[in-house]
Amino acid sequence: MMAVHCRNLTKGYEAGGQKVMALRGVNLDIPVGQLMMLVGPSGCGKTTLISVIAGILDQDEGTCEVYGVDLKSLSDHDKLAFRAKNIGFVFQAYNLLPSLTAQENAAVPLIINGVKRPLALQAAANMLDRVGLGQRLTSMPSQLSGGQQQRVAIARSLVHDPKLIVCDEPTSALDHDTGHRVMELLKGVALDAGKALIIVTHDERIFEFADTIAHMDDGNILRNPSLDEAPDVPSNEPNSPLRQPPC
Amino acid sequence: MSYIAIRMLMGDRSKYLGIIMGLTFASLIMTQQPAIFVGLMTRSFSFISDVGLPDIWVMDPKVQFVDDVKPLQDTELYRVRGVSGVDWAMPLYKGLIKARLTNGNFQTCNVIGLDDATLIGGPPEMLEGRLEDLRRADSVIVDRDGAKEKLGLKGPDGQAIPLKVGDLLELNDHRAIVVGIAKTTRTFQSQPVVYTTYSRAKNMAPRERKLLSFILVKAKPGVDPKDLTRTIESHTGLAAYTQKGFQDLTYNYYMKNTGIPINFGISVALGFLVGAAIAGQTFYSFTLENLRQFAVLKAMGAGNGTLLMMILLQAFIVGIIGYGLGVGLTSVFGWAMRNTILSFRFPWQLLLFSGVGVMLICLMAAGISIRKVMTLEPAMVFKT
Repeated sequence: MMAVHCRNLTKGYEAGGQKVMALRGVNLDIPVGQLMMLVGPSGCGKTTLISVIAGILDQDEGTCEVYGVDLKSLSDHDKLAFRAKNIGFVFQAYNLLPSLTAQENAAVPLIINGVKRPLALQAAANMLDRVGLGQRLTSMPSQLSGGQQQRVAIARSLVHDPKLIVCDEPTSALDHDTGHRVMELLKGVALDAGKALIIVTHDERIFEFADTIAHMDDGNILRNPSLDEAPDVPSNEPNSPLRQPPC
Repeated sequence: MSYIAIRMLMGDRSKYLGIIMGLTFASLIMTQQPAIFVGLMTRSFSFISDVGLPDIWVMDPKVQFVDDVKPLQDTELYRVRGVSGVDWAMPLYKGLIKARLTNGNFQTCNVIGLDDATLIGGPPEMLEGRLEDLRRADSVIVDRDGAKEKLGLKGPDGQAIPLKVGDLLELNDHRAIVVGIAKTTRTFQSQPVVYTTYSRAKNMAPRERKLLSFILVKAKPGVDPKDLTRTIESHTGLAAYTQKGFQDLTYNYYMKNTGIPINFGISVALGFLVGAAIAGQTFYSFTLENLRQFAVLKAMGAGNGTLLMMILLQAFIVGIIGYGLGVGLTSVFGWAMRNTILSFRFPWQLLLFSGVGVMLICLMAAGISIRKVMTLEPAMVFKT
């Protein structure tokens, strides 16, 4: 079963009176249970693609189904509800709410889903414990290191048990060791049955965690191993297209 | 989400305090200035309110307000007494007479002459002496504030020595002995009020052909005072007002013919505008700084309705706190000034007025912020 199934996605923006195409007929499949990395040069359309997949943006043309649901066909209200329930986010800049504690930050998706605050806080505490921050529940984001903040963000992305986790450069602000620990955590905690991860990254150091790597350039996927039936584990050969660093 | 909204609001201490300060200032100005205004306006007819017994005030038709005395002939009193429905009618003198103090200084006083027999129209409360003491020769009763301040003397050490029972005054070269101190409501001009009998007041007053200022009338039981005013007017050609009607006449005169309402209105408008500018600008800036946080919530599935409620809640909270502080400061101001010459009245309508004003400011502040958040593109969360 496919977690994400996109066909012929196009998306353009108006810029200076001209339409700039960010996506030019993207085809992408992400099987359930897989961690896919999306790599490519800046401005190639990665962020637009994950925004469409997450239901934040609507594509101009084409279809994009997440667990069989075409988000564009949903009403705004249903799309919000779908996103709140089924999608978790991890951002490059963590995007924690600075006035909330780690526990409160991690509880936000549950509160958005209407879970009572005490229950949400309890679930958040459990999740923070799983990511190794059980002792820092009452810490404010400003009191946490970058790695710890990212772990809070990961706990926040998982606390409501979403099916798809969308990560935008989750390790680019972290040092090598911390980045590795974050990826181990993401892969270990997130990839249980029925889930899928898509990670936009420039960080070569974490390619080894990918089940598949899709290269993007100029609004299109250059190569998607799931579509090409290429090996799921990226090649280790330095010149392999799957291992080429993004521009 | 309310909890998150409150934590977001209070998390940014400087902005939070800035908004509260702006609203407190607006609330303070919007209650304190009108309270002084209401106090002043109440003083304009305080003399009428203090005279509690009569139902109707009869006067020259040209009188525009309580201090605009246009004397009548004494014979008018008998014409009014002859009108059907009048239970009793008594004369009242009201005029300004210069008092010479024992230190040689002069002070203009508001002298009230009461009917010699009944003393109707006297002060509402006696603090020292009795109203009947006015029947003694040369006697006068002085209001407390006048006795303490303008008619008081200064001792060698600069300490104030209030006028007291037994002290002497000279009213237009007539000897007057203080036989009582009364509590009265301060008047608009804040001159000392001196009560004496009608006949003595006429003696003290400068020579004029007519000296009767007002005729105080009581309606017979069962007679509607309003109907009686019309009857008196038609029978005598004089003007007759119920107590409330005369208060309104005086109040309207000050409203229409003085710059007081405009001055206070400008103060209130400025308070509103400055408060709105400070609070609105700070609230908007607070929202702008939290735009990313709102975008994160939006991306995670919080709808526009939820974010709208969050912003309104934030505006409501700062509004309530700012309003409470402003009203509290106004109350403290009023309490601190309670024994001074400053006029201050704080009726519940002012609470409502300033409450509406502060809420309007909050809604305006929230309005401009809401627009920004509603049109927010959640995809911005992917940008660093």
